[in-house]
Amino acid sequence: MEHAIVARGLRKRYGKVQALDGLDLSVRRGTIFGLLGPNGAGKSTTVKILTTLSRPDDGEASVAGVDVLAQPQRVRRAIGVVGQRPGSAEEATGRENLVLQGELYGITGGELRRRVDEVLERFDLRDAADRPVRTYSGGMQRRLDVAMGLVHQPQVLFLDEPTTGLDPEVRAALWSEIERLARDEQMTILLTTHYLEEADRLASDLAIVDRGRVVAEGSPDALKSELQGDSVHVELAEAEPEARIQAVLARVRELTRVSVDGRFVHTSATHGATAVPAVLAAFESSGVKVASVSMARPSLDEVYLRHAGRRFEDADLQEAA
Amino acid sequence: MTAALRQTWQINLRYLRAFIRQPAWVAIALVQPVIWLLLFGALFKSVVDIPGFEGTSYIAFLTPGVAVMTAVMSAGWNGMGFIEDMRRGVLDRVLVTPLWRGALNAGSLLYAIITLALQVLIIVGIGMLAGASFKNGAAGVAVLVLVACLLGGSVAALSNGLALVAKQRETLIGAVTFVTLPITFLSFTFMQKSLVPDWVQSVARFNPVNWAVEAGRSATGAHADWSLVGSRIGFLVLLLLLSATIATRAFNAYQRSI
Repeated sequence: MEHAIVARGLRKRYGKVQALDGLDLSVRRGTIFGLLGPNGAGKSTTVKILTTLSRPDDGEASVAGVDVLAQPQRVRRAIGVVGQRPGSAEEATGRENLVLQGELYGITGGELRRRVDEVLERFDLRDAADRPVRTYSGGMQRRLDVAMGLVHQPQVLFLDEPTTGLDPEVRAALWSEIERLARDEQMTILLTTHYLEEADRLASDLAIVDRGRVVAEGSPDALKSELQGDSVHVELAEAEPEARIQAVLARVRELTRVSVDGRFVHTSATHGATAVPAVLAAFESSGVKVASVSMARPSLDEVYLRHAGRRFEDADLQEAA
Repeated sequence: MTAALRQTWQINLRYLRAFIRQPAWVAIALVQPVIWLLLFGALFKSVVDIPGFEGTSYIAFLTPGVAVMTAVMSAGWNGMGFIEDMRRGVLDRVLVTPLWRGALNAGSLLYAIITLALQVLIIVGIGMLAGASFKNGAAGVAVLVLVACLLGGSVAALSNGLALVAKQRETLIGAVTFVTLPITFLSFTFMQKSLVPDWVQSVARFNPVNWAVEAGRSATGAHADWSLVGSRIGFLVLLLLLSATIATRAFNAYQRSI
């Protein structure tokens, strides 16, 4: 079994919203795979389908070598899931939550007690184990969620935006733990995130999702090197027809790529520093007013922009609206 | 099968623990029926003087009625647990585990029934302290507990079903407030059959609350009619099966909607 997760042509529609529109992905065993995209891109829907919570309208998927649609019960035994929302019972203690979670997998008695103690220890929750979850801090609740996803020792772990809303210190600690799981326990981890930094740091492979499809796939480094050079972004004082912009910038030899998004012009250049004055000169001589110009080194944000045709934060805001 | 039973018990334990840990909630669950009993008992004390009323103690008459009324009123809120779990993400987390799906509904109903049985026993105890005497001893009280639990279980299942489909607190609150009082009053809970209007008698024949009241009252009364008790228990068992089926269907609908 080379791939721990495979999805082919997943489609899912909720009312008028096409959440997934032919999504494909494959995750190598024992690696951390990042599913990166703005809110509403289809990341959570993908996780719901792969974890048997929801059925796709079309397409197929397998997890840990088992067909998700044909044998959901076998898939459930092989996976651990940490959702976006807490998922622990607030009125119960941390230990009671973990014990119930183990019982749901059919683990009982001394074996269950041993495993619960183990995860409590590992996630630094031993002192708080017998307090109601209601009294936990946000970071403690998140650690408990991850502990609950691991109590039955799954082969594949799904983490749906695991660090959203956590403070930097807690986030860094969780990152180390996620890395440790993949490294020491050969666990396959699929994590969704809308933090580019998180995907860059943790994932050995990632897929960029936009509007229900994968628009780019590869290791963070490979995706960044695909950009071939720096990016130069120009904000115009007012929107101009794309054809005009393309004609103006065609004269600038330093540029390798030009795309227009309203008042924003995104370009790639082998050397950003020399391209900036040339771009400004070209606009000036053709009477196009420039409001601002900026240059960026290769980053996942640039990769996203290149493949999705819009800036990550803008997409995030648009989808949230 | 044993895993299914075990998981049902564990789900039930979770709700029981949550219940016990909220002293205010426990107090209300125990005190409210007592208030009903003593309040209505005092208010309608002279009902026994109406010509045609059989029996001499209104408290003895009222106690089975209040037990059944409590079953309807507490069990109506059962679906709130599911709504909370949906909101917090507990339900989705549980659904990605290999647990037997039915354990969620079954565990929640078991919890409703256990707490209800305790409530009914306390109501009977208060009734006795207030001067009521119940004939047929433990057997009569056991029948009262049984019918209250069958009815309460059905109401709890329907409440779960509505919660799973509507997913909104407001809908459940509206439904419970709208339904419980009329179905309680369209029965012989507070008044003897021969003393209520004909149309109420006709409606009451099809009212499950009344099936439970009649069976509970007959079994704890001086002239127990065991064939009536048996038939009403039969109706209530059918109702419970029907309600449990509806709750299961609602659960499947919830899963399809995710």
